[in-house]
Amino acid sequence: MKFFWEARKVILPAVLVYLVLKAIFGFHLVSGYIEQITLFSFIVILTSLGLNVIYGYTGQFSLGHAAFYGIGAYISAYLSKSLGVESILGFIPVLFLSGVSAGLVGCLIGVPILKLRDDFLAIATLGFGTLVRVILDNSDRFSEILGGSRGFVGIPRITNLELAFFVTVFLILVTRNIIFSRYGLFWRCVKNDELASQAIGINTSRMKLMAFSYGCFLAGIGGALYAHLYTFLHPSNFDILKSIDFLIIVIVGGMGSIVGTIYAGLIWVGFIEGLRIALPADMLDLRWVFIPLFLIGLMMWRPYGLIRKGG
Amino acid sequence: MKALAVENLEKGFGGVQAVDGISFSVEEGETVGIIGPNGAGKTTVFNLITGFYRPDRGNILFYGKNIAYLPPHRLPRLGIARTFQNLRLFGKMTVFENILSAMLVQGRYNLFSAIFRWTDYFVTESKAEEKARKLIEFFNLSGKEDQSADSLPYGEQRRLELARALALEPKVLLVDEPGAGMNPIEIQGLVQTMKEVKKQFLLTVVIIEHQMGLVMNISDKIVVMDFGEKIAEGTPDQVKKDRKVIEAYLGEEPL
Repeated sequence: MKFFWEARKVILPAVLVYLVLKAIFGFHLVSGYIEQITLFSFIVILTSLGLNVIYGYTGQFSLGHAAFYGIGAYISAYLSKSLGVESILGFIPVLFLSGVSAGLVGCLIGVPILKLRDDFLAIATLGFGTLVRVILDNSDRFSEILGGSRGFVGIPRITNLELAFFVTVFLILVTRNIIFSRYGLFWRCVKNDELASQAIGINTSRMKLMAFSYGCFLAGIGGALYAHLYTFLHPSNFDILKSIDFLIIVIVGGMGSIVGTIYAGLIWVGFIEGLRIALPADMLDLRWVFIPLFLIGLMMWRPYGLIRKGG
Repeated sequence: MKALAVENLEKGFGGVQAVDGISFSVEEGETVGIIGPNGAGKTTVFNLITGFYRPDRGNILFYGKNIAYLPPHRLPRLGIARTFQNLRLFGKMTVFENILSAMLVQGRYNLFSAIFRWTDYFVTESKAEEKARKLIEFFNLSGKEDQSADSLPYGEQRRLELARALALEPKVLLVDEPGAGMNPIEIQGLVQTMKEVKKQFLLTVVIIEHQMGLVMNISDKIVVMDFGEKIAEGTPDQVKKDRKVIEAYLGEEPL
């Protein structure tokens, strides 16, 4: 297929990385904990990439990204638990469906709120994020399985290295292909100047909605992988603080840079979890001193993100 | 054949009647200049024609089809392109991307072609790229393809905006004060460019301009506006001698 042939320069190194990881995990060279956070970092990259499409490429400031991540997680967990899905093959449709649901929700709320600009949009997405959090907190009223504020327990563990890695690589390639097509170009036009975009015939509301829905789709897939990696979901994992995490990764990596998001995602997860290992237990809270300092330093050194030197 | 006909167009903002029942028409292949003192409503007329404002009343006919109430993004597809008074480029994108984006608006391939790289993606992209390069060459921007638009000097940004509008392959081009902020020598160059562009692209042009040298030189017909109304219309020579026009520009003679 042309898709894979075109992407051979990415796929070959990716397969190499996979084989190395497989060997490391296979021979138990690292603990199960490291294995888990490695998979988690792929999920974080995928979800952040979704926000980068929305914010970095199209300029739509969203503070509610974790809500879509949560929607994907809860829908997939509900589906796989109620349908009794246990295998990867059965999980793939569930995964896809969770992504599509998150994308659809994004599309539905996007119609009214994407008309807003900048800070107004930020407030609206923040509001939506809070709304989702409240719904999740009270979700046991809809269905006992969802668990409400006690959390969603007993999700089958399906996400493994192959699934997390190859779904992430595949969706990065899909995203890259969209970015390097007329749609990606139009997204960047909209970000640069909405009036000029309309003047050259771009349907700006449609492009914004498309970018937003696609970004939410990626978040939904990320959420579904997350749910079946940790097997336990809690509403507090999908609140504003989580949205800020994704936002930090997008900004650290660089607005409108796929490679930047990949590096930033790895650094973010590596830094938080690495400090957890490096610091003694009674000093663990110092992480939240080091991380902000690191961010301040980074923003002074590279205000446009890791990858780009200039604006 | 009338390329563009404006009929009894009205637009008010609060208490201000910015355009007050204006009518004029533009023949195919003609260049029409719109002049008038500051605040006469010239740019408002442009914004009405290009769909950025909805008229309160009146019609705008483009080859006989009423386009007055269409959203702005529909007009380039029909064949109307514009430039802005205060340049509106995609500043953080390259010169090449600025033009390519306009080229690809007409290019037809869908999301799945883009994702899976089907043949129509490559065909459309390579055609658009080739055309974009030709246009860049025509506007003397060769060698600057990969510079970001806002790094260009002002005169080149003006040319780039014109090139981007022409990338839409319009039938009618509306140019809003292309000479703003240019010195007389640059204006000379612009006159030359506009004439070449018109010949090359077989355009109908409507131009708003303050620089009389420029607008009188290239227009076949001039429409003069003041306080939202048309006060005169005719060839450049007729307009220059019109009493009302002189009054609008220089004030009334004291009694």
